[in-house]
Amino acid sequence: MIALLGLLVGVAVGLATQTDVPAFLAPYLPIAVVAAIDALAGATRALLDGIFDDKVFVVSFVSNVLVAATLVFLGDQLGVGSQLSTAVIVVLGIRIFSNAASIRRKLFKA
Amino acid sequence: MRPRPSRAQIVAGLLCALLGFAAATQVRQVERADFSELRQDELIEVLDRLNSEAELLEEQNATLEGERDRLQANRNDDEAAQQAARARAEVQGILAGTLPVEGPGITLTWRDPEGQLTAPMAYLLVDELRNAGAEAISVGDVRITASSYFADDGSGHLIADGQALASPCEWRAIGDPATLQTALGIPGGVLATLRTLGGSSDVTVHESLAIDAVKRLEPLEHAAAIE
Repeated sequence: MIALLGLLVGVAVGLATQTDVPAFLAPYLPIAVVAAIDALAGATRALLDGIFDDKVFVVSFVSNVLVAATLVFLGDQLGVGSQLSTAVIVVLGIRIFSNAASIRRKLFKA
Repeated sequence: MRPRPSRAQIVAGLLCALLGFAAATQVRQVERADFSELRQDELIEVLDRLNSEAELLEEQNATLEGERDRLQANRNDDEAAQQAARARAEVQGILAGTLPVEGPGITLTWRDPEGQLTAPMAYLLVDELRNAGAEAISVGDVRITASSYFADDGSGHLIADGQALASPCEWRAIGDPATLQTALGIPGGVLATLRTLGGSSDVTVHESLAIDAVKRLEPLEHAAAIE
């Protein structure tokens, strides 16, 4: 409940304030957001499975975001930045889909 | 009835708030998409594309500029040719008698009550005027040109280019007035002959004289210019 509330507050603040993304963060922010969405999807699935744990969520959230950003940073340094960020997005997309499928099965029994 | 939220729960809420904030900010940023969004290699790609585009446009520009210069040169040539043609047309119009002219010259009033003026005398008079440098000549309403003719109608009247000339008639000649006057006054000339035949004449010098009589050109039937 607190998490949902935080999400809404965050979106509202982000829309209300016209924040500029700092240049050094610009390549990583989209990936980080997708990684965080993946962590959120995993947490929702765990919640429905009845095995949700706050600490696990926090750690997985932070590590997801950091790993994704690090991969992209590494890719940029190696000169394969755009390819590697595509790869990260694809993997995260697959995970989000599979988590969403589990959630769907739990919620709708189908 | 609400349990106090644990620290982990609060941190999770904060993280979610951060996610929402980041997502919203990113969405805004993408809406204003510009080059600051792009990665280095993407920027290089864009730069390459722009460079080749610029090269292409540069080439096009050079081609068009060359064409423009060529057209401009052509136009200048055309203008010069047109000017030359205009000047030529003016000279030829004066010579052929198709243009009204003005300039210094003399008028000669010819009184011939007994009809003694014959075509050969008129011809001689024109000859004298031409020899004295007359550039345009008219008699009455008739412009005298290279193709003009004089004839007698048999009853003492002179005909110039098909038009009968009544006495007195006025001749106009444009040229150097002093020369023309001298030429007409020479002893044994046409005017002297006229006097001996009982006619009379007056010569008047004009600073500026107009000859409005023009000749209508008939289309040529036989002669054609050699290109």
